[in-house]
Amino acid sequence: MKVLVTVKRVLDYNVKVRVKADQTDVDLTNVKMALNPFCEIAVEEAVRLKEAGIASEVVVVSIGPKAVQEQIRTALALGADRGIQIETDAMPESLSVAKLLAKIVEDEKPGLVILGKQAIDSDNNQSGQMLAALTGMGQGTFASEVKVEGEEVLVTREVDGGLQTVGLKLPAIVTTDLRLNEPRYASLPNIMKAKKKPLDVKTPADLGVELRAHTELLKVEPPAERAGGIKVASVEELVEKLKNEAKVI
Amino acid sequence: MAILIVAEHDNATLKGATLHAVSAAAQIGGDVAVLVAGEGCQAVADEAAKVAGVAKVLLADNAAYGHQLAENVAPLVAELGKDFSHILAPATTTGKNLLPRVAALLDVGQISEIVAVEGADTFKRPIYAGNAIATVKSLDAIKVITVRGTAFDAAAAEGGSASVEAVGAAHDAGKSRFVGEEVAVSERPELTAARVVISGGRGMGNGENFALIEKVADKLGAAVGASRAAVDAGFVPNDMQVGQTGKIVAPELYIAVGISGAIQHLAGMKDSKVIVAINKDEEAPIFQVADYGLVADLFEAVPELEGKL
Repeated sequence: MKVLVTVKRVLDYNVKVRVKADQTDVDLTNVKMALNPFCEIAVEEAVRLKEAGIASEVVVVSIGPKAVQEQIRTALALGADRGIQIETDAMPESLSVAKLLAKIVEDEKPGLVILGKQAIDSDNNQSGQMLAALTGMGQGTFASEVKVEGEEVLVTREVDGGLQTVGLKLPAIVTTDLRLNEPRYASLPNIMKAKKKPLDVKTPADLGVELRAHTELLKVEPPAERAGGIKVASVEELVEKLKNEAKVI
Repeated sequence: MAILIVAEHDNATLKGATLHAVSAAAQIGGDVAVLVAGEGCQAVADEAAKVAGVAKVLLADNAAYGHQLAENVAPLVAELGKDFSHILAPATTTGKNLLPRVAALLDVGQISEIVAVEGADTFKRPIYAGNAIATVKSLDAIKVITVRGTAFDAAAAEGGSASVEAVGAAHDAGKSRFVGEEVAVSERPELTAARVVISGGRGMGNGENFALIEKVADKLGAAVGASRAAVDAGFVPNDMQVGQTGKIVAPELYIAVGISGAIQHLAGMKDSKVIVAINKDEEAPIFQVADYGLVADLFEAVPELEGKL
């Protein structure tokens, strides 16, 4: 079974987010970019399926300008077999992303598609579910455990209040949550090897997908600052303040 | 305008998250219909009919919808949603799972986790883990939106008298099945609905030490949460996680114990009315957002706090 994994290039999660002075967007000039953490978990899961003899090949796909090849190479260094870049300078919205990926799914016919549940830049949490809708596949979102059993994949999902397990007919879509696995670090020999792995470049036009805008970004602003409070000297003072000043207990 | 809200429920009772979505709908303006899709969920429909501001309840009672499987519910919502200008759902794991599938079936985008309504087509939503707030305008004919509950007051659960209309359409995609669930059983209130939340971080040292804050929680009728660091360290399960990658809470009182205050965590609790931080590191960033900070060893301060309540 072939496994398709998607990766997104995003602002490194350790970097402080700064809004541009003209409030048009977040400032991404000269900042460190990285593989979206949820995508990294997706890559790790796919590689583990291959190591367990369940997946025969792991194909990694990313959408964006040439720079995203860096994230594809990272995924290849972690153990994916080959990469596909869908080259565009636009930042396609989730539905366009799903349409592009649906075409790749049509071409590659994977048994399983694993995506991160959300990217840590736009925080949309949409692409996996949309891809599932467009391909008519079942979806196991926010996965904390993935088990392939025969013609079915059992996905344990992190839901409000606990865990839910669903069984999905293959092929199926899985989106990763944090506890699914702990991604490995790429070793130097694997980073070197990744440079020689095949990487195809396609365009949205090659795939016959027109990128449409569904939203217009009017403004991006920093969140309201919370005014700092005071330090109390003792538990006694804390309880007194909560009772008499804040009146919350 | 007409707004369809997908109700969050467990076939027995309507979840409070739905009431926050009703408030968001009221701000958008227009007739509000609530869809209750489930199995044996008449009681939920009756409850939804009483919510102030709801004009109509659509009841889709079918075995295929019993466990809210998105493969089955999404075609139903997409079919019914064609007659509406907006489709809303609470930004819970159920809503987040379902609504993008609905949007794609309708060939429209989705606006996730709105925190403010600026107009019928314009909304504010947090991006970059709440480190920036985007104002976005929808260009689609049908606006598909998930609503962050903490940003909108709950609509009154009583006072409405909507009609309940059964909708027949049954969709069983045959792609997925419910296998089972493990629901955390707790006597304490649910995290996102609690008036008081007390959370522990890496400073708790291990899972057993959470008993210290549980005792305080019991005195205050509080829910118990945790930082991602505490979850990652294996102290407590993930459903207790407060933060951008966990639950978003905005209680009247939030007590952070042994939590340094990573941006990730702050994004999940900074809208709380009063924040208390107890941490032995006086440089911890949590103190910058705390209304009351106590620099102390939590293993002494927390039992003392429990004693004084």
